[in-house]
Amino acid sequence: MSDRIYLYPIWIRFWHLANALFFLILIATGLSMQYAAFIRFDIAVSLHNIFGILLTVNYLFYFIGNKVSPNGKYYKTTWKGLFSRLAKQFRYYTIGIFKHEKPPFPVTKERKFNPLQQFTYIVAMYAMVPLIIITGWALLFPEVLFNKLLGITGFRINDAIHIIMGFLLSVFMLIHIYFCTIGATFTSNFKSMVNGFHETH
Amino acid sequence: MRLNYTITLPIALVLAFAAIITLGSPGSEGTANKAQPKNAVENEGCLRCHGQNRYTYLNTESGDTVVKRMYQECTINRNVFYSSIHGNFKCIDCHSEDYDTFPHPGRLRMETAYTCNDCHADDPMYAKFNFEQITTDFEASVHSTKHSKEFTCWMCHNPHSYVNMARNEKDIHKTIEYSNSICLACHANKDQYQLLTNKDNPNILEKHEWLPNQASHFRSVRCIECHSAISDSTLVAHNIQTKDKAVKNCVECHSSNSRLMATLYKHEIQQQRNKAGFINSGILESSYVIGANRNYYLNILSLVIFGGTLLGIVIHTSLRILKRKKNV
Repeated sequence: MSDRIYLYPIWIRFWHLANALFFLILIATGLSMQYAAFIRFDIAVSLHNIFGILLTVNYLFYFIGNKVSPNGKYYKTTWKGLFSRLAKQFRYYTIGIFKHEKPPFPVTKERKFNPLQQFTYIVAMYAMVPLIIITGWALLFPEVLFNKLLGITGFRINDAIHIIMGFLLSVFMLIHIYFCTIGATFTSNFKSMVNGFHETH
Repeated sequence: MRLNYTITLPIALVLAFAAIITLGSPGSEGTANKAQPKNAVENEGCLRCHGQNRYTYLNTESGDTVVKRMYQECTINRNVFYSSIHGNFKCIDCHSEDYDTFPHPGRLRMETAYTCNDCHADDPMYAKFNFEQITTDFEASVHSTKHSKEFTCWMCHNPHSYVNMARNEKDIHKTIEYSNSICLACHANKDQYQLLTNKDNPNILEKHEWLPNQASHFRSVRCIECHSAISDSTLVAHNIQTKDKAVKNCVECHSSNSRLMATLYKHEIQQQRNKAGFINSGILESSYVIGANRNYYLNILSLVIFGGTLLGIVIHTSLRILKRKKNV
């Protein structure tokens, strides 16, 4: 038997869907430019620029939304006991889950994310995504920033950060999608992202 | 702001080139070389007139001292000449000794000027430059086939000012600027262009409008990267192609097998092989080319992380299936 909690308001679902879509396009075009050119290079460059800008707008929407709505509270954490909470959740995912133990931090109206989820979301959304956006915008106007200010070394460091963040966020996305299958049922978390209701175990 | 920049850059290049090739421009003789050039004293006999815009002589008929303007083509800027590849030459190495009288004897008008190959062809000393192949490439180029014999090497390589940048200049951007200024001297200058053709000079900025980050490209590569056919045995391609054969496919350069390795960075690549794990490190030294700049170790590391993640997911999924509740 499972309960339903309304956790994902429409604006979050809209943002999340757009974010996922833009990100997939950015990964595809980014990979194409750097490695394989399975999308024609100039088209890949244009698409990457356009969806990079859209992702920025969408991120601002998310950022402001979290400031003005109660959703921001889910991202607030304390340093105290953080490691033991992370370890507890990690133990659950690697051992407890196979013994059919109860999740140590079940989802409630007050706690949308478990500690591991919360930690990775904070790092991804408040460190990695801002970094990839800032370095991406810098690459959009290389003439202004690098020729006049930072030089070729600045360009290289900026580019390395952009590519490394892109890679790590891609890995994050892969794990994120996989973990969505660990819900009440295999597909329940995906349904949540459409109807807004979280199903508990 | 971008627009201004794209317009001013080629103009700046043209001006820079004009400064280099304008022989004897006013005020350009103020800075003498630190060391006395090899044949400076002997050459002064010619340059005291040909080294300035105006020369003075005594009219022996009237007894007047006459000041006249020197023809631009006959004016040699000392600094430019002595810094050039032929700067250690005496004037009379190439020109007749009989020029030492004034007025110069009329028969000297019949003097045939040397061409590059008169000295450089079939000489083991210059074998590495492969002037023979350069000549073959040039003769197949649009410059040679579309114009009469008046289009000679000198159109681009003024023997009194030419500098061998591709082999000697450490700063690749100076090489790029110098090389492009040679093209732009005619292709961005209607007067020069129409000395050879009646056609209108195409506007380079408009013709390259399709090129993303136009200003960055113009600053980071030479015209010949895209507009000439590569010849393996010469350092700098001389077979300039018609516009329909110009490279327009981005991945020719934006790939790990970048065309730039066989063009702009050929010399550097020949001098130093890849270092520090960077693919195409020669390019990385001075520029950033999406798709051509990659780090070998980062590539490996990313594959390991990505593979590890996938493996983790597969193991986790398998365990979930194996350990699932029997009654579900």
